Amino acid sequence: MTPTTADKIQAGLKKRYAAERRFRGYGLVSVTIGLAALLLLFVSIIGNGYSAFQQTFVKLDVQFDEAVIDPKGTRDPQSLARADYGQLIKKTMRELFPEVKNRRDKRKLYKLVSPGAVFILQDMVRKDPELIGTSQTVWVPADDDVDMLIKGYIDRDVPESARRLNDKEIAWIDALAATGSLEKRFNKIFFTAGDSREPELAGIWGAVVGSFYTLVVTLALSFPIGVAAAVYLQEFAPRNRWTDFIEVNINNLAAVPSIVFGLLGLSVFLNFMSLPRSAPLVGGLVLSLMTLPTVIIASRASLQSVPPSIREGALGMGASQMQMVAHHVLPLAMPGMLTGTIIGMARALGESAPLLMIGMVAFIVNVPEGPLDPSTVLPVQIYLWADTPERAFVERTSAATLVLLAFLVIMNGAAVWLRKRFEQRW
Amino acid sequence: MLNQKQAVLLERPAKTNDVLPSAPVKIQDTDTKTVGQVTVDKPIMTTRNVDVYYDDKQAIRNVSIDIAYNEVLSMIGPSGCGKSTFLRCLNRMNDTIESARVTGSIELEGHDIYDKKTDVVTLRARVGMVFQKPNPFPKSVYENVAYGPRIHGLARNQSELDEIVETSLRRAGLWDEVKDRLREPGTGLSGGQQQRLCIARCIAVNPDVILMDEPCSALDPIATARIEELIDELRQNYSIVIVTHSMQQAARVSQRTAYFHLGDLIEVGETSIIFTNPQHKLTEDYLTGRFG
Amino acid sequence: MSTPLLIAVLLLLAAAAFEFGRRRALQVAGPEFRTLHSLPRYYGSYTALWCALPALILLGAWLAFEDKIITILVIADLPAAYQSLSEPELNLIVNDLRNQLSGNVVSRELNLDMQAAVKHYGSLRATSKAALAVIFLSVAMLGMGLAWRKIAPDFWARNRVEAIVKVLLIICSTLAIFTTIGIVLSVLFESIRFFRAVPVFDFLFGLEWSPQTAIREDQVGSSGAFGAVPLFAGTLLISLIAMLVAAPVGLTSAIYLSEYSHPRFRAAAKPLLEILAGIPTVVYGFFAALTVAPLIRDAGTNFGLDVSSESALAAGLVMGIMIIPFVSSISDDVINAVPQSLRDGSLALGSTQSEMIRKVVLPAALPGIVGGLLLAISRAIGETMIVVMAAGLAANLTVNPLEAVTTVTVQIVTLLVGDQEFDSPKTLAAFALGLMLFLVTLALNVIALYVVRKYREQYE
Repeated sequence: MTPTTADKIQAGLKKRYAAERRFRGYGLVSVTIGLAALLLLFVSIIGNGYSAFQQTFVKLDVQFDEAVIDPKGTRDPQSLARADYGQLIKKTMRELFPEVKNRRDKRKLYKLVSPGAVFILQDMVRKDPELIGTSQTVWVPADDDVDMLIKGYIDRDVPESARRLNDKEIAWIDALAATGSLEKRFNKIFFTAGDSREPELAGIWGAVVGSFYTLVVTLALSFPIGVAAAVYLQEFAPRNRWTDFIEVNINNLAAVPSIVFGLLGLSVFLNFMSLPRSAPLVGGLVLSLMTLPTVIIASRASLQSVPPSIREGALGMGASQMQMVAHHVLPLAMPGMLTGTIIGMARALGESAPLLMIGMVAFIVNVPEGPLDPSTVLPVQIYLWADTPERAFVERTSAATLVLLAFLVIMNGAAVWLRKRFEQRW
Repeated sequence: MLNQKQAVLLERPAKTNDVLPSAPVKIQDTDTKTVGQVTVDKPIMTTRNVDVYYDDKQAIRNVSIDIAYNEVLSMIGPSGCGKSTFLRCLNRMNDTIESARVTGSIELEGHDIYDKKTDVVTLRARVGMVFQKPNPFPKSVYENVAYGPRIHGLARNQSELDEIVETSLRRAGLWDEVKDRLREPGTGLSGGQQQRLCIARCIAVNPDVILMDEPCSALDPIATARIEELIDELRQNYSIVIVTHSMQQAARVSQRTAYFHLGDLIEVGETSIIFTNPQHKLTEDYLTGRFG
Repeated sequence: MSTPLLIAVLLLLAAAAFEFGRRRALQVAGPEFRTLHSLPRYYGSYTALWCALPALILLGAWLAFEDKIITILVIADLPAAYQSLSEPELNLIVNDLRNQLSGNVVSRELNLDMQAAVKHYGSLRATSKAALAVIFLSVAMLGMGLAWRKIAPDFWARNRVEAIVKVLLIICSTLAIFTTIGIVLSVLFESIRFFRAVPVFDFLFGLEWSPQTAIREDQVGSSGAFGAVPLFAGTLLISLIAMLVAAPVGLTSAIYLSEYSHPRFRAAAKPLLEILAGIPTVVYGFFAALTVAPLIRDAGTNFGLDVSSESALAAGLVMGIMIIPFVSSISDDVINAVPQSLRDGSLALGSTQSEMIRKVVLPAALPGIVGGLLLAISRAIGETMIVVMAAGLAANLTVNPLEAVTTVTVQIVTLLVGDQEFDSPKTLAAFALGLMLFLVTLALNVIALYVVRKYREQYE
C-alpha cells in the first residue's frame, strides 16, 4: 500500500515540532539574556553604590582654644577665617591617643580625620564666635580609608604592605569604634558639595546644578525650534526636493554619533565664536543641536496623529492656516510633543561624549552659579570619578549613577504619564 | 433679512463693487453639454467653465452653474462623479490639496474667488462648510460656536458673543438640548447633535452660502430627518449647496438639483422636474436605478 | 547699555508698539470696526514685529562682527614693527590687550606701544557700544513708525503677520541643514590642515598610530605616527563583537515577544528591555569597566588565558547589550509591518508557527531588518563612552578579542581632552578621525534609511 499524503505529513511531524520548540527556546533564551544583563547591571551598580549614601563620621571633643584661633582676641572675622583650625583637630587627636609619639605615626593619626573637618570648625566659629574658649563635641567626616574599613571594603586579612591602612591605623580605628566615636551617618555632603579630590568631601551637587543649567539651555532652544520646524514641515511645507532634503538631513542627524556634535561644538562655538569653555551654555547649545532631530521627529508624529477633519473644520470656518494650527492642531498635538521633548531631554541628560569635547570634563570644585560658569554635568562627573583609583570613589561613582538613573526614571515616568493621561484615540 | 445680513458682512460690503466691476460672464458655449436650467436671474454665486485637475488627472470638466439666493441646490450623482470636488472649489477648500488645480471662473457676488486679491479666509467666512463626518473641535460646545466669531472679530464684547452663540444654536435647533451643557465638550454629544453643532458653528459667522458635503451620511434616520428640517428652515437666510448620495434627500430638501456624472455636469433643473421628467438619458438611468 | 538691557528695552518697545498698532487700527477704522480687514490685535502684532525683528537682526550682526572689526582696527593702528609679526604672535598680543582691558592676568609686561593700543582698544569698544545702543533703538523706533504708518482698514495685517511667522518657521526648519553644514565644515577644515602635515595615504593605510609628538624636535619619536588602520581595525573588532551579541539576541527576542509570548509576559518584558535603551552610555561604560571586564578576566584566568583588563571583548559585550533593544525594537516594527495575509496564507497551508516565521515573515522582512542592523552598526561605530571607559588606549593591530584595542572615538577623546594646540597634527588628527567617523556613519545611515523606507513603502 502506498503511503497517503496524511501519512507522509505524519512522518515528518515529530521533527517539525521539535524544530518549533527549539525556535521558541532560542527566543526565550534571548529575552532572558537581555533581562539578565539588565539585572546584572542594576545589581552591580546598586550593590556598589548604596553604601555611599552613608559616611563614617568621627566624634571629636574639640577645645576651641583662643590662643590658637584668635591669639589677639580681636574676633576679627578676617583673621578668624585664616586661623589654623587644623591645630585644634590635631590636638584633639593627640589627646585621644596620647601613646602616639612618633612623628610619622602622628601624621598618620591626623589623617584619620578628613581635611574637610577644618572647614567645619571654621564655619562653626564664623557663625558663632562665642564658641571660642569653649569645648564642643563635633562630628566630622572621617577619612575615606576609615570609611572604607568601617564599610568592610578593606580586607584585614591581606598582608599589611598590600593594604591602604597599616595595622596601627586599624588598631586606632577599632579603638575609636569601640568607644562609640565612629558612626555611619547619612552622607549629606554627597548631595550638597561640589567635586573634590577627597572622596569623603566629594559631592554631586555641582554636577547636578551644571546638568540643570545645561538642560535649561537645551530645552529653551530645542523645544521651540523643534516644534516650529515640525509645524512647518508637517503643516505648511510643500512636498518638493528642498523639504525632502531637510527631512533627509533631520533623519540623518538623528543617527550621527554624538561625539561628532562635540567636534562641531568645539570648532564652531569655542574656536570660531569664542564662547567660554566648560560652560553649560555651550553644552546646552551642543545638546540642543543633538536633540533637535528627536524633538522634530516626535513632534511631527504627534502633529500627524491629529485628524484631518479638525483641520478641515477650522479651515471651513474661515480660519487661516496659521490660526488653524495655533488654535486647534498645536494644542491637540502638544502632549505628544512634550512627551517627545522629555524623552529627548532624558537623552541629553545622560549624554556625555560631546561634552568632553567642549571642556566640561574639568575638575571643578565650585558649584556653578550661572550658565556661563565653568561646570560639569552628572554623567561626566561619573566618567571623571570612574577614572580615579580610590575605592571610595567606586561607591560614589555608583551612587552618582543611581542618582542619574533616578532622574531618568522620573523624566521617562513623566513622559509615560503624559502619554497615558492625554492619549486621544480618534 | 438680506439687508440685515449684509450689515454684518466681514469684507467691506460698501466698497465691494469698486474693486472689481461685476461684468456678466458669458458661458463659452464650446462644449457645454449640460442640459436644463444652468443660470438663474440673480445668482449669489456663478461658476463658469470650471475644470479641476489632480496632477494630470481631470476630475471636473467644464462645469458652469449658478447658485441663487435663498435656495437649496442639491448635487447628486454616482460616487466618484466629482460632486464633492466641485463643492470644495466653491470655498477653495481644494487649496489644501497640493496637487489640485482649478481653472475657469467662480464668482461670489461678482468677485472672482480665485483672484489674488481675494483673501481665502474672508471667502470661507462667507461660504461656510459642513462636512460629511461631524467634526466638532475637541472643546466645549460654547467654544465650538464662539470660535468663528472670535477669529473674525464679530463680537465687541462677551455679551454680544453670548448672543451670537445662543442665536446660532437656536437656529440650528440645538439650543434646548445643550443650553445646560455649554461648557461640556462638543465631542460628547450624539452624532446628530454634533452635526447640528457643526451647522451652528458655521452659521455663527453668518455666511452667505453654506456648503454641505453629505451631511447626513454618518447619521441615523431620525437625526437625518432633523437635519433636513433644519436645512429647510435655514433656506430663509442662506443659500445652501448640498452634496448627497440619497436621491430621496435631494428630492425632499432642494429646490434645484444638479446631476454629475464622471466629472461632467449633465443636467440641472428644478428638483420636481428633474425627478419626474429628466431630459438627459444619463440622468434618467441614474434616477431609475440603472447604475449608482 | 549692556546687551540684556538693550533686549529688555526692546521688549518694552515692542509691547508699546503692539498697543500703538492696535489703537491705530481701531482709530482708522472709525466707529464701524468691522471694516478692518483683520482683527485689531494683528495690526498690533504687525507693528510689534516690525519694531523688534530688524533691531534684533542688527544686534545679532553687530555682536557677531564687532570684535573682529575692532581687532582689525587695533592691529592696523599698531606700530609698523608689529605688523610684520606672524598671525599666532599677533593673536597673542591681541589676547594680552583684551586681558589687560578686562583686568585679567597678562602674560607679559606691556610696553608703551601696547598700552596705547589698550587705550585705543578700550575707546573703540566704548564707541561701538554707544553706537550700537543708539542705532539699535533708532532701528526699533523706525520699524515701529513705518509699520504704524501702513495701518489702514484695507491693509491685510493678519496675512502679513502670518507671512512673517511662516518665515520664522522656515528658518527653524532649515536649522537641520545648517547643523549638517556646520559639522561638515568644522571637521573638513581642520582635516584639510591635518592632511597638509600628514599625507592622506599615510593616514588611511598606515599601520602605526602614536600621535604623541615630542615637545622638542630632537626627542625620540618626535614626528609621531598617524596610521589609522589599527584604530579602524579596533573599531571594527569591537563593533563586530557588539553585533554578534545584539543581532541574534535582539532579533530572536523580538520574534519571541511578538509571535510567541503571552501578552502579559510581553507587556512586562518589552518595557524592561527598553530600559536598556534608556540607560546612559556612561553608565554602560562604568558597568563594563567595573563589572564585566574583571569578570571576563577572571573567567579567562580560570581557563589559563591571558586576558587584558581592557579587552575588546568586555567593551564589545557591553556595547552589544546596549544595542539589543535598538535591534529588537526595529525588528519588532519591521516584523509587524509584514501583512497578516502573508501569515494567514502560510498557516493555512499547515505550516507550523516557526516555519511560517522563518520561511515567510523573515524573508519578507529581510530588507527592513538589514536596514535596522546597518543603523545598529552605525551606532556601534560611533559609540564613545563605553569604549573610552572600557577599551584601551594603545593602538594594537590585532583580531584577538582578549587583547586591548583602541577605537576611533577613543582616540578623538584622548586627543581633544586636555590642552589643545590648534596647529599641532596631534589635535588636528582628531578632526580627521571625526571626518572619517562622520562619513562612514553617514553612508551607513543613508543606505539604512533608504532601505527601511523602501521596505515600508512596499507594504503600505
